[in-house]
Amino acid sequence: MFEKQTIVGIEPAELLKKAQQLKDEGYRLVQICANKVNGFELSYSFDKDHEMTNLRMTIGEEEEIMSISHIFFPAFLYENEMKDLFGIKITNLVLDFNGNLYKVSEKTPWNPKN
Amino acid sequence: MGVFKIGKMIMRSLFNKPATLMYPVIPRVYTEKTRGHIEVDMDACILCGICSKKCPTHAIEVDRNNKTWSIARLQCIQCNCCVEYCPKKCLYMKNTYSPATTEKVREVFAKPEAEAKPAAPAAVSAAPAAAESTPTA
Amino acid sequence: MGKKTIIPFGPQHPVLPEPIHLDLVMEDETVVEAIPSIGFIHRGLEKLVEKKEFTEYVYVAERICGICSFMHGMGYCQSVENGMKVEIPRRAEYLRVIWAELSRIHSHLLWLGLLADGFGFESLFMHSWRLREKILDIFEATTGGRVIFSVCKVGGVRRDMDNETLKGIVKTLEGMEAEMKELTDVFVEDYTVKSRLVGVGRMSYQEAHDLGAVGPMGRASGLVQDMRTLGYSAYDDLEFEPIIETAGDSYARTLVRIREVYQSIDLIRQAVAKIPDGEVSVPVKANPDAECFERLEQPRGEVIYYTKGIGTKFLERVRVRTPTFANIPPMLHCLKGCDLADVPMIVLTIDPCISCTER
Repeated sequence: MFEKQTIVGIEPAELLKKAQQLKDEGYRLVQICANKVNGFELSYSFDKDHEMTNLRMTIGEEEEIMSISHIFFPAFLYENEMKDLFGIKITNLVLDFNGNLYKVSEKTPWNPKN
Repeated sequence: MGVFKIGKMIMRSLFNKPATLMYPVIPRVYTEKTRGHIEVDMDACILCGICSKKCPTHAIEVDRNNKTWSIARLQCIQCNCCVEYCPKKCLYMKNTYSPATTEKVREVFAKPEAEAKPAAPAAVSAAPAAAESTPTA
Repeated sequence: MGKKTIIPFGPQHPVLPEPIHLDLVMEDETVVEAIPSIGFIHRGLEKLVEKKEFTEYVYVAERICGICSFMHGMGYCQSVENGMKVEIPRRAEYLRVIWAELSRIHSHLLWLGLLADGFGFESLFMHSWRLREKILDIFEATTGGRVIFSVCKVGGVRRDMDNETLKGIVKTLEGMEAEMKELTDVFVEDYTVKSRLVGVGRMSYQEAHDLGAVGPMGRASGLVQDMRTLGYSAYDDLEFEPIIETAGDSYARTLVRIREVYQSIDLIRQAVAKIPDGEVSVPVKANPDAECFERLEQPRGEVIYYTKGIGTKFLERVRVRTPTFANIPPMLHCLKGCDLADVPMIVLTIDPCISCTER
């Protein structure tokens, strides 16, 4: 009844290596979620044959991370959304909207700078 | 490779009566569980304010000093929470929708005054009780 | 090498139920690539979790979308209940499954009508929606509302259905089955309908897997993926097989959704036969203080609910990843190389629910 959830904590530097490893094993990307908690807490979820594993990493507010959209193409939507709403700095995106995906009246509404 | 397979349904709908209702000439029939609008029985209401705290959209306001219970009909989402939590069961969910309006107003219901009842013995005991409660409220 | 022009599609278009904008880069009538631009209906519903308590947030979660509204409420309640380790009564789980499968039937009938309207066949659109009215009448008689039910809560359901009502539902559905067979025969066998759907928007198995297609879009290309086989809620007692097609074009997606309607009627029949007696809700006293990922199968695919509580009555984060959000990259891939007249068809075959996408 209660699905077993595996959450693996990783460092930002090993994100690309782990993502490539999961892609070679046949996993697909399910979602990327961001949470504002002393900096940002990112959760990447992958699934294979109805079993889900999650990678979790905590970064500071000004830290830059690499995009995984060259490995998993659908990641560009989730990462653009995180850039728009939270202001997380992500580089090397396949399709970068530069903060124009959602038309909001103030920039980064979930991470107010005031 | 079928052609005009929808012919049977079209022929049937040519000769049956229309599937739509001739509203407003024929009025709509609501079911008994339809969530339409809230009505209050002010005689039983004790102005406790629980319905106002539980309302998710803050559509209900209870004013103890003026003894009124008001509801903003356009903000009510007909979720039925107030009906479930009322301790005196004086709120009812009726099954017709509230009519369309052009401005947002609050509908105010006042508690009927106890002194208005003629020659009731409760009026004598209610008057000093009301006079005591208003300075402390 | 033809001349490249850019044609904007949307946000207002007769075929779209909700606004989405696509910039189509064209070369003489064939689409070379498509660039999406969403955000017309972003309401910031995930941020409202700071203002509404976790028991009141059900009403916000239900209103994310009008078509899949019940499953959003059910997903949110399940995620909070699993985080708090609350076990709800078995009868409540069966009732939720019955309402969820009825939701699936009405959503697929709505989509069939929109598809027919998309290629101009208005009589078929009206007959599909006439059949759908019978399901909406069932909803109004049992829950009180046609579109938004307000019947799920954290800890169970708020209303009960007695056994005569349940048998009445099964009888209504069986009476509808004969007419539905006539309607779906038109989609499956009519020559004019097939000429618009066969071979349009083809996607192979490997592409569907790499791009992350979910729901009927993925199942029509051969991916065996149905979240109901995980056995959440009462689905572990019911028997069914996921419906798979291998052709991968729009015709296969239509077939998958039509067969899912009949599968749902069968699931409701099984659930009504097996439903136990008992309570329908348990009181919930504590505050949520754990996080939980929960996956459900909505009519459009796999939805993920992530809730995180920190011990107060306000949750810290609610994240909804809806199936249309995951189906946008496959849609962009299918649009490459198609004709301009096929663009509305391809956009409609992913069953776009843009208000879900942008919460």
